[in-house]
Amino acid sequence: MTKLAAFTTNEHLAVLGARELRNGQVVFAGIGIPLLAAALAQRAHCPNLTILFEGGTIGALVEPGRLPPSTNDQRGAKRSNMVLGSSEVLLLLQRGYVDIGFMGGAQIDKYGNLNSSLINGAGDKPAIRLPGSGGGNDIASLTNLIVAMKHEKRRFVEHVDFVTSPGWLRGRSTRHQSGLQSGGAFRVVTELAVFGFDEHSREMKVIALNPGVSPSQVQENTGFELLFDSDLPITQSPTPTELRILRELDPHGVLTS
Amino acid sequence: MSLEDAAALITDGQSVGIGGSMMSRTPMAMIWQLIRSGRKNLVCSRSITTSEGDLLLGSGLSNHIITSWFSQGIMWGISKVMRAYVESGQARYDEWSHLAIGMRFRAGAMGVPFMPMRPMLGSDVLASRPEARVIDCPFTGEKILLVPALNPDVAIIHVHSCDPYGNARIEGLQFMDIDLAMAADKVILTTERIISNDQIRRAPDQTKIPFFCVDGVVEVPFGSAPHECYGIYEPMMNHLDSYVRKVNSDPVGGMKSYLDEHIYAPRSWNDYLNLIGLEEVLGAAQRGRSVHND
Repeated sequence: MTKLAAFTTNEHLAVLGARELRNGQVVFAGIGIPLLAAALAQRAHCPNLTILFEGGTIGALVEPGRLPPSTNDQRGAKRSNMVLGSSEVLLLLQRGYVDIGFMGGAQIDKYGNLNSSLINGAGDKPAIRLPGSGGGNDIASLTNLIVAMKHEKRRFVEHVDFVTSPGWLRGRSTRHQSGLQSGGAFRVVTELAVFGFDEHSREMKVIALNPGVSPSQVQENTGFELLFDSDLPITQSPTPTELRILRELDPHGVLTS
Repeated sequence: MSLEDAAALITDGQSVGIGGSMMSRTPMAMIWQLIRSGRKNLVCSRSITTSEGDLLLGSGLSNHIITSWFSQGIMWGISKVMRAYVESGQARYDEWSHLAIGMRFRAGAMGVPFMPMRPMLGSDVLASRPEARVIDCPFTGEKILLVPALNPDVAIIHVHSCDPYGNARIEGLQFMDIDLAMAADKVILTTERIISNDQIRRAPDQTKIPFFCVDGVVEVPFGSAPHECYGIYEPMMNHLDSYVRKVNSDPVGGMKSYLDEHIYAPRSWNDYLNLIGLEEVLGAAQRGRSVHND
């Protein structure tokens, strides 16, 4: 039997995220796994993927071994097609030029709302101020959003403490009613499964399981009741080619360890 | 003028817009001087705020930050300094979306009271910002968000080069700096180099900020250290790593020791660069200049 390649959780997330991207798309990528996944997709199955960064970069080409430390710096801009002001690149989202947004997440709820601003206090535990939105709110407000995040019960909650980046808000048509006319939470990828959202209730729904993961295991690690597709395919493990590209991009495991 | 002269253009309690974004083209030398000059209680606005925000709060230079994101940098998790000041109520952090900060500077630059935009609708970022208003568009009837103009008293911006009058060039990523310069009532530029007006006139398409909005120019090589300046130096990560370790292990004592050793003790900005160290500065410069290599 062929020995399966060993990979880290972050490598797994990057691979699953990359597979959600399609050739020819314009993707607005956040820092971390999203940036890495977009760069992987570009070198694997999406040679014509256009990557945007909030620092103002259009058409990024990530250089192997020199990952940008943020999406607002010269490494991200080097050898891109164009650099704009930050407002100008964010306005491309509002004008509708961007197919997909791609972000990491600290806390998500069943409607795909993300929190990166505030964890409420409870009992003798004080509230925790998190860094905040950055471009996250803008990306989530205006695109079909892919989220890559680690699957932990405390991160997958019934209601986020603070809606920093809107998913489907309170479900059904509440996103549209709030005035957000386009986009919405599209996919969530974790080390356990791939998720979509029910087209009516807008609740999170398991649409594929990662190898060796059972539906009950996904549910046990989730702080709200999940929907499950009736037909649940098993995702393919990261291939040697995907892992080779990832390790060329990030040879020191800055983002993938 | 000198950094000290430029700092004298800013008075306690004013609102100050800070150029650059994240760890890029932060006007660090100007911030360093403002702390040394003892300015207090500035209201500071910036697109994205990193380690300079810690210094603003930890030194008392500012107690109110208007921005879209605030930690030391992506790789270090959550700033314990930001947490210590904001969670205790000693400082205020007004969170807006990144585009909202940009549209507030743009409205300021355009001389209009607000800009319309779509993000933030439906979110708690909007719910916590009473300064913003949702209206029904008078033309289409759709819900739209209005964000108020931000016209800082002073903008501090670090640029690649400018002439003595303030005609300034920015290479690479310009972030929100052109809007910020036009929005602010006064502009102080720190620059890697002062070039002649003849040079400016040879390539006027490279001029990003016109001289008439600029009130002070200070030549400060490596004026964004330990952050980056596109094509000249990348961030000085060893210094930033040791800084973050120091302040995150002890947001009060660690910050005091960093301020004492790196802000108050050096005789000059070059002396501060000496503390970062020749190897670190030259390594950052080699990586920075490499964007021009191939």
